[in-house]
Amino acid sequence: MQSKYLIVGSSHAALEAANAIRMFDSVGTLTLLTRDAHLPYSPTILPYVVSGRSQPDNVTLRDAAYFRANAIDFVSGAEIVSVDPAQSSLRLATGESWHYERLLIATGAAPSLPKVRGLADVPYHVLRSLDDAVGLRRAMQQAKSALVLGAGLIGMHAAENMAKAGIKVTVVELQRFALSVYFEPKASAMIERTFAEHGVQMLMGRTLVSVERAGDGIATTLSNGTTLEADLLLVCTGVKPNISFLKGAGIETNVGILVDDRMRTNVANIWAAGDVAQGRGFWGDKVVNGILPNAVEQGRIAGADMAEDAGVQPFRGAVPLNTYSFFGQQAISVGHCGSPGSEVVEGGGGGSYRHIVLKDGRLVGISTINDFIDAGIMWQLILRRTDLSAVKEAFIANPQLTGRQLMSQMWR
Amino acid sequence: MATCFPTLQFHASRCDGCGDCMTACAQAKSGTDNPTQSRIRIMPGMDGVELALCRQCADPICAANCPSGALTKNAETGVIDWANIKCVNCLLCTAGCGYAGILYEAKIGHVTKCDTCDGDPSCVKVCSKGALEYRTEARIFNEYADKEDLFCRGLAACHGCNSELLIRHTMRKVGPDSVVAAPPGCIPGMGTVGYNGQTGAKVPIFHSLLTNTATMLAGVKMQYNRVGRNVTAIALAGDGGTSDAGFQSVSGAAERNDPILFICVDNEGYMNTGMQSSGVTPFGSWTSTTPVGGAMQGKRTEAKNLPVIMTMHNCSYVATASTAFLEDYYAKLEKAIEVSTTGMAYLHVYAPCPTGWRFPSAMTTEVCRMQVRTNFIALWEYDPVNGLRFTHPVDRPEPIEKYLKLIGKYRHLSKQQIAHIQSTADEKIAYLQQLTQIAAAHRPTTEVR
Repeated sequence: MQSKYLIVGSSHAALEAANAIRMFDSVGTLTLLTRDAHLPYSPTILPYVVSGRSQPDNVTLRDAAYFRANAIDFVSGAEIVSVDPAQSSLRLATGESWHYERLLIATGAAPSLPKVRGLADVPYHVLRSLDDAVGLRRAMQQAKSALVLGAGLIGMHAAENMAKAGIKVTVVELQRFALSVYFEPKASAMIERTFAEHGVQMLMGRTLVSVERAGDGIATTLSNGTTLEADLLLVCTGVKPNISFLKGAGIETNVGILVDDRMRTNVANIWAAGDVAQGRGFWGDKVVNGILPNAVEQGRIAGADMAEDAGVQPFRGAVPLNTYSFFGQQAISVGHCGSPGSEVVEGGGGGSYRHIVLKDGRLVGISTINDFIDAGIMWQLILRRTDLSAVKEAFIANPQLTGRQLMSQMWR
Repeated sequence: MATCFPTLQFHASRCDGCGDCMTACAQAKSGTDNPTQSRIRIMPGMDGVELALCRQCADPICAANCPSGALTKNAETGVIDWANIKCVNCLLCTAGCGYAGILYEAKIGHVTKCDTCDGDPSCVKVCSKGALEYRTEARIFNEYADKEDLFCRGLAACHGCNSELLIRHTMRKVGPDSVVAAPPGCIPGMGTVGYNGQTGAKVPIFHSLLTNTATMLAGVKMQYNRVGRNVTAIALAGDGGTSDAGFQSVSGAAERNDPILFICVDNEGYMNTGMQSSGVTPFGSWTSTTPVGGAMQGKRTEAKNLPVIMTMHNCSYVATASTAFLEDYYAKLEKAIEVSTTGMAYLHVYAPCPTGWRFPSAMTTEVCRMQVRTNFIALWEYDPVNGLRFTHPVDRPEPIEKYLKLIGKYRHLSKQQIAHIQSTADEKIAYLQQLTQIAAAHRPTTEVR
């Protein structure tokens, strides 16, 4: 089998790349290979499948008609096992091999499992695929208690869903605060408090030492010596890029696949984008920035570059960014929580929270709870390194209005 | 794929920030008067009024960022549709939008964005300042893009010339059952009538004399009628070939109401032969025959008002048009084509000339627009039954000086000359207004058109 453009993966980075290629080259053969059995969907939607808000058959991002209309060959159930750049080919688990002229690796990430004694011998859930979500939802019907290991976005989302379903939930997190990647301690404390108010037990700064079967469920010992039992165990301790199939291919990796500002790897005719890629960080070293908007941006750049679109805009660097809804409240975070030499201004009150970080008169981070800001505008202000000196007071007083005014003046 | 869509346009300079649009939007979309629930947001800026509104992007990042498939670009309407049933309120769309076009409002409980009220925006209807406009010219592109271009590639018009745009669009609409007369001027000069034994058009086209275009075309049309073929006989002439040497034949054809469509492309002089003055060159213009020096400061006499003169011939249809107002032009062209099967239709289209008037070639459409906005020219139409009516009245015209300053041929003008041009333009408009009033008084009670 062969394809001029071959894309491995079928989520945001892969889909955006396919779109960018088709904008420039409407005829070159284009194939998407995915190990998943389903039409494309977003990992971000999975907590909503778990909660029942989204139906598993109604979350697809592209349908067969789209692939037909854009002359894209979509192949599911195709798991990649090796790449051979010398032959411009890759091999699937089925034994089938594919030849490419240009290859994009957008294989995303898989759950990273912690070292907990006995974990391999007990039933547990993870949440990264649609099948995982359907399985977890089914298991929730039977469970009366649940243990969620990891207070990241996925773990917190799942804990909320289970609490709303009437399950007694305990969240155990190694870090001292929930969502510590995106929010600083005060915001995390607000979020944790809301969870506690809804009956979720939040055990921070602890981890599991061992776990064993107990009836249909599990029993576990925590690092502080206490023991816990639960009907259901969900492990959400982060993800790691899917790169095991690259062994021997000569493609440089660190945490993820190292890419330049056009998402090119060190090997000719091979690109990488999304959660699997490790590219320029906005403030320094190359990072894996496993968030959806980052996958979209990198996928677009990779696709444009693969199709030799002269208009390709180099990657400006990864900025941490997240929007997070919990129990009807909204948390938004763009950029850094703080860094040496920066000025922090806190605001809020009455159930809302605001945290602004400025450095050299420029925005480097802003996070809020129940205080809507336009994340897209804040992101642009950071990326453009917009000098806010002249409007600093106004920005601190009302970042939403001042941000919109700056947008309307500068890039409307 | 290549489809154009209507769009909301905001004129910040006309907006006084009254907020009526936001109230109307909140009423239409949320059933409340609370402007915080509006999808359109105007706000005080550091320098005037600013706007936050969904741009209905062609390649929307909000939709790309949507994990649930709730946001999609509608291929029919161009609107980015939001499906409540699929939306999970994750707010990632707001991270993708750099324009604050999609917002979360706690009182509403989900993200909101402009849906253009299904192509009939409530905000535009209540804006009494003319600051919001719903522009539908995209329809023209969609309609014409599929039709065959009846001129060849590589016509050698000057950089920035709007005449080439005009004739290509016009002939797409007129269609292949046509015969074209093109007297000496820029249009044959750019190669439409052919060169080196090749033709420049895909329909019969002939290079008439300056003096006989209208009568020769009427004769050709008559012959086609005689052999039983219905064709549109169309003249693409310059202002010289219409107002000066060509005038006696145009006047005769109009008086006889010969069944032809005569289009005068008015660039205010002989722009392809060295920028000499014509009968429609405006007062004060520099041309090679009305120079700027010790004795003379540009043209000393007024332009004759050729389209008004044409109305005095009682031919079937007369109208003025500008390529900056294409919807207006296409409506008139449609009528003119229809009329020309039985009587004479005369279209006077203004063609600012970057080469001869001395302005940057990228500014042509802006110059066209300013001609209308300052009332330097007026857009109107006339037929003998209904008389004259404005098709794009300008209530608060900008000072004519703003138009004149765009153009090199007026660079030398003194304050007195500018004041003179302003007052004659005012008089011209006042005269046309009188004609519209007379027409309104005499118009038949049952609309003929």
